[in-house]
Order: sequence, then C-alpha cells, then structure tokens
Amino acid sequence: MSIEVKNITKRFGSFVALDNVSLEIPTGELVALLGPSGCGKTTLLRIIAGMESLDEGQVLFHGEEATHVEARERNVGFVFQHYALFRHMSVFENVAFGLRVKPRAQRPSEAAIRDKVMSLLKLVQLDWLAERYPSQLSGGQRQRIALARALAVEPKVLLLDEPFGALDTQVRKELRRWLRRLHDEMHIASVFVTHDQEEALEVADRVVVMNKGHIEQMGTPDEVYTAPATPFVYKFLGNVNVFHSRLKGPWAKVEQPEGDGKGEGGSTAFVRPHEIDILREQREHALAATVQHVQAIGPLVRVELTHESEIIEVELTRDRHLELQLNAGDQVWLLPKQVTVFASAKAEPQRWAPDWVI
Amino acid sequence: MKSNRPHRVLPGFNLSLGYALVYLSLLVLIPLGGLIAKSAELSLAEFWTLATSQRSMASYRITFGTSLLAASINAVFGLIVAWVLVRYEFPGRRFFDALVDLPFALPTAVAGITLTTLYANTGWLGQYIEGQWGFKIAFTPWGIVVALTFVTMPFVVRTVQPVIEDIEAEVEEAAATLGATRWQTFWRVLLPGVFPALLTGFALAFSRAIGEFGSVIFIAGNIPLVSEITPLLIIAKLEQYDLIGATVLAVVMLVISFVLLLSINLLQWWAANRHRSEARELDPGSTGNPANTQGAAA
Repeated sequence: MSIEVKNITKRFGSFVALDNVSLEIPTGELVALLGPSGCGKTTLLRIIAGMESLDEGQVLFHGEEATHVEARERNVGFVFQHYALFRHMSVFENVAFGLRVKPRAQRPSEAAIRDKVMSLLKLVQLDWLAERYPSQLSGGQRQRIALARALAVEPKVLLLDEPFGALDTQVRKELRRWLRRLHDEMHIASVFVTHDQEEALEVADRVVVMNKGHIEQMGTPDEVYTAPATPFVYKFLGNVNVFHSRLKGPWAKVEQPEGDGKGEGGSTAFVRPHEIDILREQREHALAATVQHVQAIGPLVRVELTHESEIIEVELTRDRHLELQLNAGDQVWLLPKQVTVFASAKAEPQRWAPDWVI
Repeated sequence: MKSNRPHRVLPGFNLSLGYALVYLSLLVLIPLGGLIAKSAELSLAEFWTLATSQRSMASYRITFGTSLLAASINAVFGLIVAWVLVRYEFPGRRFFDALVDLPFALPTAVAGITLTTLYANTGWLGQYIEGQWGFKIAFTPWGIVVALTFVTMPFVVRTVQPVIEDIEAEVEEAAATLGATRWQTFWRVLLPGVFPALLTGFALAFSRAIGEFGSVIFIAGNIPLVSEITPLLIIAKLEQYDLIGATVLAVVMLVISFVLLLSINLLQWWAANRHRSEARELDPGSTGNPANTQGAAA
C-alpha cells in the first residue's frame, strides 16, 4: 500500500515541527527519513501512524483519505526505538497480542495463532526464545521481537522509529541487512527514521533528508550523496570541506565560477575530502597548506592540513600516498578535482570540475 | 579463614541482619507472643466460647467486611486518582497531589467527627442522602466504610503512583497500532503491569482498616451486633477489666489478619515474579532508557 502525505504542517506551541511537508511512498519501497534530532522526522512518522494529530494537510493510504483514521484502524506496523515490548508478557504473547485483540469474528483460532506466531519467530530467528520474557533478552533480540510483533497483524505499512538507535554498532549492522531482506520479502511500504547517514544510505531505496521541519532533498542514496541539493545535505552526508568566498587566497577565485556575477557575497564551495589532490610543488590556483597529521589506516589515507588556521581534510589512495610520502609539517599545495558552489544557502548548486586540474 | 559466603560490596551483613532481627523481635514478635501467651491461660474450649460468642462474631464480620469493602473501593478509585495525577497536566495538580496525604496526617478522631457531622441526618450531605433516598450512612456499617475509605485512601494512591510513572506511553501506542481498543489496552497491557503494586496498596489499606479505631467509633454508632467493630469491643472488655476476654479477641484478629496478609503477599509475589521466573541471562544492561525522554519532535 502506498503512503502519501500532502502539505503537512504540525506545530507544538510556537515551534513548527513540520512545515508544509509532502511526500509519496509507493508500495515496495523502503524509505529513510534522515535528519538531525529535532528536524521533525519522528513527528512525521508518528503522524503517518496516527499517533500524532496534524494541524494542516492530509495523509492518504493507497489514495484514500486517512487523516482522521485512528491509529488502531490504520493497519500500520510500528517499531519503537526502545522496543516498547509488554514487560509482563512472554515473547510469544507479545507477538500474539495483535491477533488476540482482534474482534471475535476475525480472531484466528488458538492453533492458528500459535502457527502464525511461531512462523514469525522463526522469521526473526528467535523461535527458541518464545517462553522468555523481554527482560531476559538483549537489545537486538528485543528489537527483532518488536518487529515480529508489528508484522503479526500483517500491516500494509511498516514504520520504524530509529529502530537500531539503542543498539551497539555490530548488532546494528547485522539488523540493518536483515531489515533490508525482510522488507524485500514483504512487499509493503516501509519508512524508517534515522539520524545515522550511513544507515540510511546503506539500507534505503530512497532517502529523504529533513532539516528544521522541511524536506531538503529526496532521492536515491547515490543521488543524495553525490549530488546534494543544498549546503545542509552536503554537510549532513559525509565529510566535506567548506570554503567561504570571504576566505581570501588562491581559492577565492575558484569559488566564484565565471559568469556567476554575484560578487563575493555569501557563496560557499563544498569539496569532499577525496576530491582534493595534494601536490608537492606550487601551481597556479593551488592553495598552500601545511600537513598536520597523516592517518594511514585502511584503504584510504586521511591527511589533515591547515591553511591559514582553517582545517582541511583530504583522503588519498594508498598509491598516491606512497608517491607523495607526506609527513607532518610538510608544505604542500592543494587542487580540487570537483567543486560544488552554492551562491547562497537557497541557490541551486553549481557543480564544476576546474579545467586547470591535471 | 576465608568463608565461602558470596562477596558483598557493602560490609556489615551480620551486624545489619542481627539488628533487623532484634528490632523486629522487640517491636513485633515479643508483644504479639506475649499476647498469645496470655491467652494460653484459657483452655481451648473456654477460648473457643469467648472467641465465637454472638457479639464477637458480629464484630469480626463488620470489621473485616467493612475493611475489605473500603480497601476494594480504594483499589478502584485510588488507581483512578493515581492515574489522573500522573498522566494529566491540569491546574492545581500539585495541590491535589498533596491533598492525597492528608488522611495520613489528620488525627483519625478529627476525621471521624468531621465525617459524622457531614453524614449524620442533619449534616450537609447526610440530610440530602437520607432525605432524598432514605439511605442512612452515619451510625450504620456504611458509615464505617466511609471512614475506612477516607483513612486508607493514600495507601493505594501512593503505592501505585510510581509504577504508573514508570509505564512508557509508547507501550500504549504500541498496543494501539496493533489494533487494541482502549479497553483492551487498559485490561491487557496497563493493568497487569500495575497489578502487583495495586495489590500491595490494597493489602496496606486493608490491614490499616482492620486496625482503625479513632475515626470509626464516631461515625459507627457502635450498636452491638450491627455496627460494633472488634477493636471497640476489645476496649469495652478492657474497661470492664475483662483482660482475658480482650486478649482472646486480639488473638483472633491477629490470626485472621496474618492469614489474610500472608495470602495477599503470596499472590503479590506470584504476580510480581511471574515474568521474572528465570535468571536474567542476557545483557541486563540494555533495558533501554525511559523512552518518554524522547521528544515528540525528534
């Protein structure tokens, strides 16, 4: 079932949590709502689930108006960050809950409930824990039980609120992959909220980047990472070096592509660490910098440099590093391979690769 | 010599255990033991006759019946009061919260006199209740129930309150998204969580009600066989220098109370441990933060 939200506005007192947000999620798609805390992503998810009222706008499920349908009638599966399992019920009873509270006419028989619950527990690979209580499980196990519980009622939409936020890195990575697989098997629309960009980029079909109550950019993980639409998305997704045009020096010109004509007002240039090359000898347009620190761990070598007390991060391949043999204190020159310039915070980005790069 | 006792972080296990036992003995066990020893002066048959006289039997019925009723009323309405005080923000919430403790602080005689004045057939409330519906409260067992309900009210509210505070709002939301109605959410999700604490509150209220004297004697009217409670009967016997008769009644009360409290405790232990029967095996640290700290706009 597809989800559509239209022009949603939500205020908490004078604080605008969501400002005219519209979003469409087709069936079968796994969408990540990504943003810093307080950006409204959880509020949006709760509005879709019917747990939060909205001030303006509409929620449509499969094209049908659902704005004022109660949470319990929306048939959504919701997974909470802190699991929200029923403490006094065994794992089995937790998963069976959604089936047991159905109206008598629709309620499956005891045997059918048992089969359904056990098959779900098998699906989350925890059928051996059926008789345990939530307090006896680890965080990762609890979250899987919470997911099994949400799936028991065969929801048409699965909503997950920072589902892996309270888990440690190792478990988180495993559950991510597992969620992806599960989603592909279920053919439903899934939305999950996260503030972890790596998680969003790795799991989702589409990433919705939010900030201060509005959507900054929507797109595939590749789109949002390689072609950020706004300065915010640039900064939020991955490391980036920011050059303000007021920073005088060789790159000040670089930041003002020809024909821009806006002067040196508020324009900003963004360059990812792997998009900068380090040179041993001076060249036209190159920026002088001093090597501060070289970190050679893994396939990439991270180099931290300073230019007039501004820190610049560069990532080199191992081969390039071997060629250069950088040491802390070395004087070097930097050239960008690709630059993205925003003439102002609201302006369209202009991407260009300087032609003076080797 | 190193003993094989488990290592404890805080020292002084022997000392504190010894202290606790001596303390309990001095305050509880020795006086009660003396009571039973005193009653042993009687033969079993004499004891039985005194304990089961018509007047005594009536007084047990009234004492335990009204106490049970008062504790039950408080279990229901105390739960509602606690719920409202925890879950809803309203002007004067702190004021009402403080009001709950008042029956603890008020001398019970004052409470008894006040209630009598209110519910007597000339009182503010009594004149309407009796005039309109012909229902007498003061000087009947109903008056005793009113007094006991008043006096024992804080027990349920105060034991249940922290437990309700501990219930995450998310649990209710989870139940709602799974299709549960409000009633199902209350009955299947919230009540089982609160139940052990509710039982504790009930037991406290009940035991307090059994022993209550001051507030009851004013409103009860103390008519033998109708509205005379056992504690009053004991005082009456003492005033007639019938020490042994008073002791017998006290022992009977003690035994009934003990049996009742023990069964409530067992029930409570069962309710609280049902879902913790096995040892915690995995990761007890990850019980999760209280989820309600999570802002709605996060």
